[in-house]
Amino acid sequence: MAMLDATVGHMPGMVETAPAPGPLLSVRDVGKRYGARIGCADVSFDLWPGEVLGIVGESGSGKSTLLGCLSGQLVPDTGEVVFDSRDRGPVDTLRMSERERRHLGRTDWAFVHQNPRDGLRLGVSAGGNVGERLMANGARHYGNIRATAQDWLARVEIDPGRIDDRPRQFSGGMQQRLQIARNLVSGPRLAFMDEPTGGLDVSVQARLLDLLRGLVRDICLSVVLVTHDLAVVRLLADRLMVMKGGHVIESGLTDQVLDDPQHAYTQLLVSSVLQV
Amino acid sequence: MSDYNFAYLDEDTKRMIRRAILKGIAVPGYQVPFASREMPMPYGWGTGGVQITAATLVPQDVLKVIDQGADDTTNAVSIRKFFQKTAGVEVTERTTEATVIQTRHRIPETPLTGDQILVYQVPIPEPMRFLEPRETETRRIHALADYGLMQVRLYEDIARHGEIATSYAYPVEVAGRYVMDPSPIPKFDNPKLDDCPAIQLFGAGREQRIYALPPHTGVRSLDFDDHPFTASKADHACAICGSGTSYLDEVITDDDGGRMFVCSDTDYCARRAEGVQ
Repeated sequence: MAMLDATVGHMPGMVETAPAPGPLLSVRDVGKRYGARIGCADVSFDLWPGEVLGIVGESGSGKSTLLGCLSGQLVPDTGEVVFDSRDRGPVDTLRMSERERRHLGRTDWAFVHQNPRDGLRLGVSAGGNVGERLMANGARHYGNIRATAQDWLARVEIDPGRIDDRPRQFSGGMQQRLQIARNLVSGPRLAFMDEPTGGLDVSVQARLLDLLRGLVRDICLSVVLVTHDLAVVRLLADRLMVMKGGHVIESGLTDQVLDDPQHAYTQLLVSSVLQV
Repeated sequence: MSDYNFAYLDEDTKRMIRRAILKGIAVPGYQVPFASREMPMPYGWGTGGVQITAATLVPQDVLKVIDQGADDTTNAVSIRKFFQKTAGVEVTERTTEATVIQTRHRIPETPLTGDQILVYQVPIPEPMRFLEPRETETRRIHALADYGLMQVRLYEDIARHGEIATSYAYPVEVAGRYVMDPSPIPKFDNPKLDDCPAIQLFGAGREQRIYALPPHTGVRSLDFDDHPFTASKADHACAICGSGTSYLDEVITDDDGGRMFVCSDTDYCARRAEGVQ
C-alpha cells in the first residue's frame, strides 16, 4: 500500500525549514484509468515542506500520469490532492476553478518538463521567458522585471549578458536551466519535475543536479521528481516511491529502498543499473 | 440595383451578423465568432468590414469608405462603388456628413459623433496570435483574463529596440477586461478609441470574428510603468495643409531623396486646405 507514514517524511533535518504544521501536499487514493487500462491507481502520500519525493519506475508504469494528475494537467477519476496554499490554507486542487489552478500554477507551483522546448517560449528572449511569470502576476515595471530576470539567470549559472538571446541559441543544458529559472522566479513552494535531466549528457546532468540541490535547499522547495534514473533520485530525493503497472509497489527513504529493496521488481530495477 | 438584395447580403445572413454585432457590443472587446460569407472580393480586402457595413446599412445612411486615411485609393473606391451599386445609398468623402464609415488602418482626424458608426477591417483579430499559436489556449487566456503573455510581447519590444517599437495594431485593454487588437491602425490613433461617442465595430472576414466598442468605452493602451505608452507620429507638419497635429504619410517624390509629409486623412487635409485659402 502506498500510504506512507508521515513521520518518515518528517525527518529531523527538515524540521527547521518546515514552519507549516501540516504537509504541503497531501494526496489520497488518486487513480486514473484510460478506458479499461489503468493509468495509476490508489496512490496516497504526504509531501512535507522542503522535501524531495522521487517517483521511479519503468516506461508505462504510470509515473507521468500520476504527475499530470497531481499538477492539474490531467483530471484523475478518483481521489483528492490537497495543497497547503499560502493565502487560503489547505485546498483541494482538483475541485478548484481553472482560474484558481492557473493562479497556483504561476505562483506557488512550478512544472519542469523533460524537454525544455515544452516549457519555454522559443521565440521569446531568455529575459522574457523568465519575466513572463512576473508579468502574469502583475509586474509592470520593465526595469525591475529585467533586474530580477538577470538575477535568476545568474543563479542558474547562465551569463546575464545573454539575457536577450533566444532559447534556440542555448545548449540543451542551458535551456533546461533557463526553464528552471523561469519556473522558480515566482518563489514557488512546490515543483513538479518530469525527468529534468533526461536527454542531457552526464557532466551536464551532474551540474544540473548540483544546481537543483542548492536551489531546493536555499528556497525551501518541495519537489515531486519523476525519473527512471536511479542515480538522480539517489542524489536528490529524500524519499522514494517505486511504481509498476500504475500501482505504488514500494516506498520509503531513498537510501533504504535502493540499498535494501524488498519488492521483486525493485530488486530487479536496482540490479539493472550499470556499474562503471 | 434590383438584381441584388439591399446591400448584397441576404436577410438571413444580415440577421446572423447583426446578432454577432449585438453580442459584441454587449461584451466589449470580446471576439464573437460568426459565419463569414464569401464576398465578391478577396480575403484581405475588407470582407469582414464589408459584411458588417452590409448588415448595418439602412437606405437613409450616408457611407464613407477610407483606406489608410484616403478616400481615393483602390480599396476605398471599389468598396464605395460596391455599396452604391448593391444598396443605392448616398456616399460621401466628408467625415462630418457620413453616418457609416468603413475604414482600413485609420481613424478619421475629425472627431466622430454619437450618430456615427465606424467599421474597421481587421486582418488578424487575435492580439496574441504570434505569441501563442493555439486558438484553444488564446480563448482560455481571454476567458480567464490571464494576460501576462501580452506584456511579454511589449517586454520583447523594449529588450530588442530600447522602446516599445510596436507602432500599429498596438494592443489595448477594453473596459478593464478584454485585451483587443484595434486592427492595424497606427498607435497614434489609439487615444481616439477611448471614450469615443461613435459605435466602433470590428470585422475579420477570413478569421470569422466580430468585436465591438460601444460608445464611451474606456480603452487603455498596454504599457510598462517605466515605459509609458506614447502616441507617435512623424515629426513634421503637413506639406499641403500645414497641420502639425494630424497623422502624416511620407511620400517619396523623386529618386533623389526628395520626400514630403502629407496628412494621411485626405478629407481632413482638403477641408483644412480649403479653409486656409
